[in-house]
Parts: sequence; C-alpha cells; structure tokens
Amino acid sequence: MSILQVKNLVHKYITVGDSEEDKQEVTAIDDIDISVEKGEFIAILGKNGSGKSSLAKHINGLLMPTEGAVYVKGMDTRDKRNLLNIRQNAGIVFQNPDNQIVGTIVEEDVAFGPENMGMPVEDIWDRVTSALEGVGMTAYKEASPNHLSGGQKQRIAIAGIMAMEPECIILDEPTAMLDPKGRRHVLSLVKALNREKKITMLMVTHHMEEVLLADRIIVMDHGRIAMDGTPKEVFSKVDEMKQLGLEVPYAAELAWQLRQEGVPLSETITTREELVEELCQFV
Amino acid sequence: MLKDITIGQYYKTDSMIHRLDPRVKLFGTLVYVVTLFLHKSPVSYVMSLLFLIAVIGISKVPVKFIVRGLKAVAVILVFSVGINIFFIPGEPLVKIGVLRISRAGIKTAVYLGSRLIMLVLGTSLLTFTTTPNELTDGLDKSLGFFNKIKIPVHEIAMMMSIALRFIPILTEELDKIMKAQTARGIDFESGGLLKRMKSMVPIIVPLFVAAVRRANDLALAMESRCYHGGQGRTKMKPLIYETRDFIAYLILLVFLAAMIYLGFFSPWR
Repeated sequence: MSILQVKNLVHKYITVGDSEEDKQEVTAIDDIDISVEKGEFIAILGKNGSGKSSLAKHINGLLMPTEGAVYVKGMDTRDKRNLLNIRQNAGIVFQNPDNQIVGTIVEEDVAFGPENMGMPVEDIWDRVTSALEGVGMTAYKEASPNHLSGGQKQRIAIAGIMAMEPECIILDEPTAMLDPKGRRHVLSLVKALNREKKITMLMVTHHMEEVLLADRIIVMDHGRIAMDGTPKEVFSKVDEMKQLGLEVPYAAELAWQLRQEGVPLSETITTREELVEELCQFV
Repeated sequence: MLKDITIGQYYKTDSMIHRLDPRVKLFGTLVYVVTLFLHKSPVSYVMSLLFLIAVIGISKVPVKFIVRGLKAVAVILVFSVGINIFFIPGEPLVKIGVLRISRAGIKTAVYLGSRLIMLVLGTSLLTFTTTPNELTDGLDKSLGFFNKIKIPVHEIAMMMSIALRFIPILTEELDKIMKAQTARGIDFESGGLLKRMKSMVPIIVPLFVAAVRRANDLALAMESRCYHGGQGRTKMKPLIYETRDFIAYLILLVFLAAMIYLGFFSPWR
C-alpha cells in the first residue's frame, strides 16, 4: 500500500482585504491526486503561490482539506485521533531553521518530539544520540543553537524529526535560507537518509539542482499538478516548463537551445556529464 | 555585540550549589526572602548574613560578580536609606539645617539597607547558580499544584523557556532593523526625549511584526512535532531528587526554624 495518498484534494481559504466586503476566496489546491510509495524521493516544484507549501502542510495535518482527503499510512488526516500518529510518521522540516528550533540546547531540541510522544527517558536518550549521529552533529550536542550556522541549524531540525523515527519526511524549501555550503550539506544528508534508511522524502523546492536528486518530480501550477514524472521526463519538456515560468537545469537548457539550432541531441539530457558525453560524439 | 547578552547571568562552574535540584534552590530562595522580613534584632541579621556568606562560599561564584548585582539597585538603596535617616522622628543626634538625624533613624536605615542588600545578593545567587532551563523546569515541576486551580503551569514554563531562546534572535533582528532604518535616514541619537521616542516607532513596529510571524512559524513547527501541551509529555532530563537535595532541604528547614525562633521567641527579639 502506498505510504501517502492524496485524493481529490481541494483547499480553499478566504482572504480579507482592507474592508470587510473585500473578501476573496482563494483556491490554493485544486483537485489533486497523488500517491507516494515507500522509499520514494519526490521533489515538488512550482512557482510562488502554486500551492506546493499548502500541499506539504496537508500531509502533516497542519491544514485540513476543504474537499477530498489525505491518507498517511492509511490514516485520514481529518480524524483528530490520528493526528499525533500522523505527525510522528510524516515529519515536516520548514524553511527557516531559527523558527523551528524549540530547545535552548541542541540535544534538548532534538528530544522535543520524543518528549511530546511521551517516551521513557532512556528511549529518548537513545533516539537523540542516534539522530544526532545520523546528521553528523554529535559534536554539538551541548551547544546553543544560536551559535550554529544556518546549515547546522537545519541539520538539527532534521535530527529533531529523525528522532521521532518517521517513515516519511516533508521538507518545505529546506535550503532556501542557507549559503551554498550549508545547502550542499543538507542536501547530501537528505539524499543519504533516503538511500540508507529508506525514508520517503517529499521536498518542496525551486532549485533545479536539488530537483535532480529526486526519483520523481511533481510540477505544480495554480494549485494543480502540471507534470508528474522522472527528472528526465520532466526536463525534456523544456517548452512546457518555460510556459509554466520555471527554469530547467543548465545542461537541459543548453541542450534544448542546441536542438533548436539543429544539433541532433537527445531529449533526455539533464546533467552536464550527459551533455558532454553526447557532444563528444560529434568530435 | 547584542548577541552577548546573557539573561539571568548564569555563572558556569561546578559546585555543590550548582548541582542542587532547581526546586531546592527555588525553595531556599523563598525561605531566605521570607526570613529576611522576620528580622527584628542584630542577632538574626548576623545569622542571616553568615548563612548567606556560607552559601556564597560553597557556590564558588566570585564575590565581585555577586556584588556587581548591587549596582542595579544602588539608586533605590541610597534613596530609601536616605529617606529613613532623615525623616524618622526621634531625638536628634545631628542637625544640618532643616535635616535632623535621630538614633531611631539610623537604626532603621541600617536595618533596611542591610535587608535590601541581602535580598538582592540572595536572589541573584539563584540565577548565578541555575541555568534558565533548570529554572523553568523547576518552576514547572514545583508549581504543579497550581494545575488544580486551572493555572496552566506547564504552558507558562514552556513560554518562558521559548522566550529565553528567542531573546538573542530578536535582539539580532532589532539590530538589523535599526541598521536598515538608519540607512533610510532615521536619526536615533539627536533631538529631545519626545523626538527620540517617536523615532523608535519605525523600529518597534517591524520588530513586532517579525516577532508575530516567528511565533506563528514556531507554533506550526511545534504542532508538527506532536506538541499538544503538557499532557502525557515526558522529559529527557527529568528532575530527580538526590540525597544532597534532601540534606539541603533539611538545612533550610533548620534555618527557617532558627529564624522564626530568633524573630518571635528568643530573648533578643
């Protein structure tokens, strides 16, 4: 059975302008169907306001569907009794590392989730130790989060989710506020957790290089799914991507332009290596 | 620079007092403050002072750090001692113009002054030897009985510890906003009091907006990590009494009894 199921999901909210009459109903998510298998690494791509963050919050039960339903391991998010179980199984990492760290000491922050789950003391320590090891931050376990870099803080945030031993982690633009070095660290960690611990990853992003890590890409536009496929399938449709206002990886873009000029390159090129490989055959 | 602000000025070292359970230290501070107001004779003042000196000695906190805490209350101290010296009626010892100093005045002033000093020193010792985290944990645990009258003790303690975590983040934010507004030409330094207060508005408003936004984000993050109040929550570092804590309680009770005896029943009261 799939670990995540999104069925005919619709989410609407009302914005109120300056006057009471100035109300507008906004449809953030417009009839979405997704099913995610265990161990998949999915990137959700889209412009600002395409509904990708709203979708992420639905999976964790932070937002409730207006219509349709979301199931995590078969549990309906609309049922309040399921919520703790759902949140433990599908953790979410947010964009701003500062705003999701609760504890004043690294290890205490990582312990926050297990503490809320009411675990016995020894189990909390075991989980905190292995979570910190998993993200490579054991050396900082007694440090104050305020003295860490953005990338380190984000790794702590991931450790905090890992300590709950979820089967699925949702990452809502986890690298948007990080420098290139912090971004590389966080991404390789996410990739490693997916490969080694078989944790299902759902990463909301708009960085093309990050998207290439995924096995599957879901492109969202105006609350709908515009494309759904492997990176190769999605990035070979350069025209469509451009119409949606999205970039494609540099190699794919260059290959596309060369094809426009009549160079016979295949449509599946997404990485630099593949492009170099094909170009070398002309020499 | 603003990052260096430490709240409660914890002094990190390893001493018997530092290792005590925060609940014991909270109780001790309470006992000490209450007994200060039972004092009626020099004997009890001296007893109290000796007790304080002994605790400071065991705590290994340098005396100069502790005395520094008095600076903050120096004005109040001088003011209240002054008022007492000059305005307590009685047989005047010295006359300077309209000011008269009486024997009773001096006595009250000395008592009041030493009481205030001991109050400040005793309470600051609590924050010197207890981290903010331990303090909130201690409050959470020892005030549990307030839950019975529907006061959400755990939630208040959680708010306190989150506030402590966000102080450096918000001071950094304040720094950024001030720089941004200075770059737009706001002058914080010159002008009268009213003008300077007015120039604070473009700082306070964005700071509040940012704080509310952060609070909203944090609430979401906490909820997504299964936070649902204190119910059914366990602790990674639960507070557990050890032998030394019971000994400390015993010492405190003996001290309390001695002070009550000195204050109400002894021949020197």
